[in-house]
Amino acid sequence: MSRRISPVIPGFGLTLGYTLVYLSLIVLIPLAVMFIHASQLSAVQFWNIVTAPRVLAALKLSFGTAFCAAIINGIIGTLLAWVLVRYTFPGRKIIDAMIDLPFALPTAVAGIALTALYAPNGFIGQFAADLGIKIAYTPFGITLALTFVTLPFVVRTVQPVLADIPREVEEAAACLGAKPLQVFRYILAPALLPAWLTGFALAFARGVGEYGSVIFIAGNMPMKTEILPLLIMVKLDQYDYTGATAIGVMMLLVSFVLLLLINLLQRRIETPN
Amino acid sequence: MSDSSLIAASSANAARRGSAVSRRILIGLGWLVFAFFLLLPLVVVIGQGLSNGLGGFFAAILEPDALSALKLTVFAVLISVPLNVVFGVAAAWCVSKYSFRGKAILVTLIDLPFSVSPVIAGLIYVLMFGARGVFGPWLQDHDIQIVFALPGIVLATIFVTVPFVARELIPLMQEQGTQEEEAARLLGANGWQMFWHVTVPNIKWGLIYGVVLCTARAMGEFGAVSVVSGHIRGVTNTLPLHVEILYNEYNHVAAFAVASLLLILALFILLLKQWSEARISRLRKNAAEE
Amino acid sequence: MSIRRYALAALASAVFAGSAVAKDFTLLNVSYDPTRELYQDYNAEFINYWKKSHPGDTVKINQSHGGSGKQGRSVIDGSPADVVTLALAGDIDEIAKLGKTIPADWQTKLPDASTPYTSTIVFLVRKGNPKGIHDWADLIKDGVSVITPNPKTSGGARWNFLAAYGYGLKSNGGDEAKAKEYIGKLFKHVPVLDTGARGSTITFVNNGQGDVLLAWENEAFLALKENGGADKFDIVVPSLSILAEPPVAVVEKNAEKHGTAEIATEYLKHLYSKEGQEIAAKNFYRPRDTEVAAKYEKQFPKLNLLTIDKDFGGWKSAQPKFFDDGGVFDQIYIPQ
Repeated sequence: MSRRISPVIPGFGLTLGYTLVYLSLIVLIPLAVMFIHASQLSAVQFWNIVTAPRVLAALKLSFGTAFCAAIINGIIGTLLAWVLVRYTFPGRKIIDAMIDLPFALPTAVAGIALTALYAPNGFIGQFAADLGIKIAYTPFGITLALTFVTLPFVVRTVQPVLADIPREVEEAAACLGAKPLQVFRYILAPALLPAWLTGFALAFARGVGEYGSVIFIAGNMPMKTEILPLLIMVKLDQYDYTGATAIGVMMLLVSFVLLLLINLLQRRIETPN
Repeated sequence: MSDSSLIAASSANAARRGSAVSRRILIGLGWLVFAFFLLLPLVVVIGQGLSNGLGGFFAAILEPDALSALKLTVFAVLISVPLNVVFGVAAAWCVSKYSFRGKAILVTLIDLPFSVSPVIAGLIYVLMFGARGVFGPWLQDHDIQIVFALPGIVLATIFVTVPFVARELIPLMQEQGTQEEEAARLLGANGWQMFWHVTVPNIKWGLIYGVVLCTARAMGEFGAVSVVSGHIRGVTNTLPLHVEILYNEYNHVAAFAVASLLLILALFILLLKQWSEARISRLRKNAAEE
Repeated sequence: MSIRRYALAALASAVFAGSAVAKDFTLLNVSYDPTRELYQDYNAEFINYWKKSHPGDTVKINQSHGGSGKQGRSVIDGSPADVVTLALAGDIDEIAKLGKTIPADWQTKLPDASTPYTSTIVFLVRKGNPKGIHDWADLIKDGVSVITPNPKTSGGARWNFLAAYGYGLKSNGGDEAKAKEYIGKLFKHVPVLDTGARGSTITFVNNGQGDVLLAWENEAFLALKENGGADKFDIVVPSLSILAEPPVAVVEKNAEKHGTAEIATEYLKHLYSKEGQEIAAKNFYRPRDTEVAAKYEKQFPKLNLLTIDKDFGGWKSAQPKFFDDGGVFDQIYIPQ
């Protein structure tokens, strides 16, 4: 499976060089500055900042809600991708076109609109409130906002792969007596898994860092509904730059490791043995 | 292969009939999910924006601060999207056409801006170019303003949209492999000819889609831009920031009107992409039939 | 070469035109959240005033608003502000300390410790006051839900916090432990902490959260004025509150660089004039000028006011004690 370096295709040096220079200028050097800034702290100070009770609570909340939102997206995203690829029905093109809108809608607007919907006196929130369920200003509300913001990721990664799996393969399996769940388990799931994982990872990583949409619906209570990016903002507004960068560095490291793990996992799935 | 597909086709009808019910259920579920998670919030935005009628809607959009915000947003998009397109093509090229050590890390680095919180994306540029930043004193001596001015806004926008084009192209180009390019080379094409006549037509769809996503995201970015903008009305406010300002001024209808404008722009771009896709596939079909 | 040309031009203008050289000025006023309406009115007034003595000049004043700490930080990090008008002196002190664009003795440059108008903290309740909220003690009754912004990020919220804490001290004969207990109970009644004062007002007014909003007096009046708020809300004045002092200062280094030092100083000085004070009063800020204050006496209820300097030893001691990491506010949420 490992591809030889193709001697006839030119441009390796040029494209790799350009990629590295551009990434360095826009992404890596600025991020390195943050690491340098945080390195003014000793290891003990750094540890004390990132293990303070409020930071740990925010860490759990941010990663927990982002994980839930990514799981929800993993399910409804696969469903949407399936419906969009496999069936033709009225409105399919409209749904397909609109899937990407959460990217375009400013996250703050998403937050405001969702709060208007799910606040206890909101359009949906009032019914939930009658049932004794609180949505806005709880982790549930945060998960909802993150689900909206990261909705396109899973759909858009699964969709093309699904389109490439010939329908005949499933049909053949069905003819040979496989039940729908078996078809899914043995034929679709292995083929879709790498793309699904990518979509999941992207949604998860984006959810952890999301700020604009969440602060409106979160309630922002310390220890309960305060997310990590808000904590960075709070530290900054207190002129505590090193504290803010310390949390930033921690978030970045955790996200990077997660993404790397998922990229490696994906390669392993793609290249058995 | 044709044998097996024949067998499959002959007994496929039975399977199709069996799945008709589940097909309906799934489509229904798809609509439900779409309506609940996506349509509803968007309806709220547009509904609120139009709650004072079309007159109020246009008054909010044509107000001078809104127009200058629109100009700034368009400007930031026009700089950041082309840069990220060039980067995306180059990055996808080296990742998909060659194998080399550290590729997994490179791919992860390309994805990294997705997972960097917008707050951090803004903060890093303040740490670089702010008055107390690494280059702060030098910039001040030369009277160059980067953060709290246009360059900072453009930089933050570029940062958050770096991965979009590359992300779209990498899987596509990996799947296509290198045979067509190799053939072109063997037939005597030089590098650029091969790129323009073989690669670009092959990746056109992915490229268009990447550009669409990149544009949509660049228009809507809020968090990162908010950190580096300084919120100077009519000067460094992008459309998303203008929405926030209006909202905070008890001017809800205008806030949602401007938000609807962003939505409509995005929808327009997305429909444009659908239309071009349909057109391209029709052209292809025609060509194939001939 | 350019310096010589500049000197020649300056000389020429001094010789031929005297002071009547038309100039283009652009001022940037970096302010906190609830002052948008005030400065919109005041900017128009100031431009008229300036043009009377400088008829050829064109003056444009840009505004920037946000949480006080955030705005202070953007000036420290290089926002090209000519003047700052923030929610509390502590934030301007930080600019002086970290940004070094404002002299450390900035508070002596203008009258009244550079605070041209004041305000206080009052309660905004739903119409008819269904929960019967009259004073601070009522806020911790069962079933009362209180809206206030986060003191870590909002200047107004810090004034709220200190007013409540001051009540806790006074009602318990100065017992700090009891005051902490009161403030702890109070924040148990807070379901949402927005990052800025305006955010909290929106949460209370538009999203219908809470029974009472702790707000700047001017912000509460404004909520009554906007969108038929007078039919939906009442203002309740507690027995005790705090004198909120939002100060102003010229960002001298920036103004020198922009050539706006003179007009920026005048911009702030004119806030103390009769016209400036009228505009402040009309926007529900308490004027310093005694005549204007007398004219608007009925608008502003009389109440006992604590002050940051006398009762809390100034921001330099209040900030670390109450709001820095591990301070009184943090202790409410983190079990000791």
